[in-house]
Amino acid sequence: MDLKELYRDVILDHNRHPRNFGPLEGANHQAEGNNPLCGDRLILTVRLNGERIEDIRFEGRGCAISTASASLMTEAVKGRDRASARQLFDKMHALLTQPDGAPDPSLGKLAALSGVREFPARVKCASLCWHTLNAALASEQAATVSTE
Amino acid sequence: MAANLSLKATPPLDVEAVRRDFPILATKVHGYPLVYLDSAASSQRALPVLRAVQEYETHSHANVHRGVHALSQAATAAFEGARERVRRFINAASVKEIIFVRGTTEGINLVAQAYARPRFRAGDEILITGLEHHANIVPWQMVCEQTGASLRVAPINRRGEVPFDEFLSRLGPRTRLVAFAHVSNALGTVLPVKRMVEAAHAHGAVVLIDGAQAVPHAHVDVRALGADFYTVSGHKMYAPTGIGVLYGRQELLAAMPPWQGGGDMILTVSFEKTTYNELPAKFEAGTPNISGAVGLAAAMDYLERLGIDAVAAHEQRLLELATAELARLPDIELIGTAAHKAAVLSFTMKGVHAHDLGTILDAEGVAVRTGHHCAMPVMTFFGLPATARASFGCYNTEEDVKALVSALRRARGVFA
Repeated sequence: MDLKELYRDVILDHNRHPRNFGPLEGANHQAEGNNPLCGDRLILTVRLNGERIEDIRFEGRGCAISTASASLMTEAVKGRDRASARQLFDKMHALLTQPDGAPDPSLGKLAALSGVREFPARVKCASLCWHTLNAALASEQAATVSTE
Repeated sequence: MAANLSLKATPPLDVEAVRRDFPILATKVHGYPLVYLDSAASSQRALPVLRAVQEYETHSHANVHRGVHALSQAATAAFEGARERVRRFINAASVKEIIFVRGTTEGINLVAQAYARPRFRAGDEILITGLEHHANIVPWQMVCEQTGASLRVAPINRRGEVPFDEFLSRLGPRTRLVAFAHVSNALGTVLPVKRMVEAAHAHGAVVLIDGAQAVPHAHVDVRALGADFYTVSGHKMYAPTGIGVLYGRQELLAAMPPWQGGGDMILTVSFEKTTYNELPAKFEAGTPNISGAVGLAAAMDYLERLGIDAVAAHEQRLLELATAELARLPDIELIGTAAHKAAVLSFTMKGVHAHDLGTILDAEGVAVRTGHHCAMPVMTFFGLPATARASFGCYNTEEDVKALVSALRRARGVFA
């Protein structure tokens, strides 16, 4: 078990300074993710313009893996359209659950999470935000979220 | 354990000999010797327990209470012998007061559904405390939904104690039942159960004590405590999973309707009318966990052979050492600092989520529980999503405390 594989610098950095953290003004999609095992709670707010993810932010409390994963995810999907975000979801799912193989180069910084594979108990921490994103993007009808 | 649980002068525990009785402790985890600090979640099993179970399964198994053949009689003798063993262990008046269940959770649910549900009405109150395990919250919430009764909660303070005046002030003429832990699983707090029982009885309420965390660490005498119901889980006291005990005063159990129907709990069955069996069979529908009961009895033999006072004194020394060591570490905050505690240390490390701590400790073979410990209201009270919890049993050593401290220093390094 190599802890450095799990807690890479990119992950520690995004845990300490999460990007896109806090409520999103004018969000029209939202979902909440819970990991009852560890008490992690994540709220994703998204502003979709047509099919495009114009902005996305997250709030909540979680471990370093779940916080860094959510932070990295918001950076990675901002500006993408829904279909492209779902493709990224599939690639992340493969990265986190398949035993080996080099990460897909298109994952970019997200590949830093590949160390999670060696820690099966932590896969859920890394995937929570992605499942929450899927839920947030799933509703065809944009749900208006009041941020007032 | 603590002052309100008897602790007599006793020769020290021979921990190395104890450890030889637990072969799992020789396991290597990620190349490190296992440091098992999760006995509050589930203890390990002692060889005499494993041997008793194997002996029973190998030579004595058949169904109980059902046959005239030799094995059925042997199984019945083993099962009923285990019941008598339990009676002596907790000093119940009669084996009729010893109901075998799957564990504490099932014991509490049995009382909720067979005692509380048929009796309680809107306006009645059930009182619990702020440090309860979900198993001593949710069954009462279900009864409240079913009957219209309401649930009241005696709050805890920042040390994780239930202030007695707060408890008293929530007792009243409407209080029908009071349920509380003997020892908090999340915080280690030992509750002043005898005083609490007396106060509840003074208001005419019936009392259930969740003894899951107490029985492995201290003498429990249900009659001295005055408990109406007391629940025990085998797997927290070096016995197998899936076996536990509900103690209930005979008069109360006798007046309760059966909880589950089936074989063994009946005297006669016809399609027109069924008559129920007597205690304790009335509450034991279906073929029971016979080998589990045998294992539980062996665990009680084992604990008495070690001397429960010696075990308690040993664990208190480890608690004191670990508390002092953790206090010297920067950024560690102990959650649960009651005056009377069992050997449970819940803690957080500044800037490090409990789940990350758990992974880093595990990388050095140190097994702690991380999360909300099935006590989410406790976590909410302290404003925490989770804590790490180290809990000690009869087989833990000072070296285990050192390994914990060393792994915590490493965690601090990773998240420097």
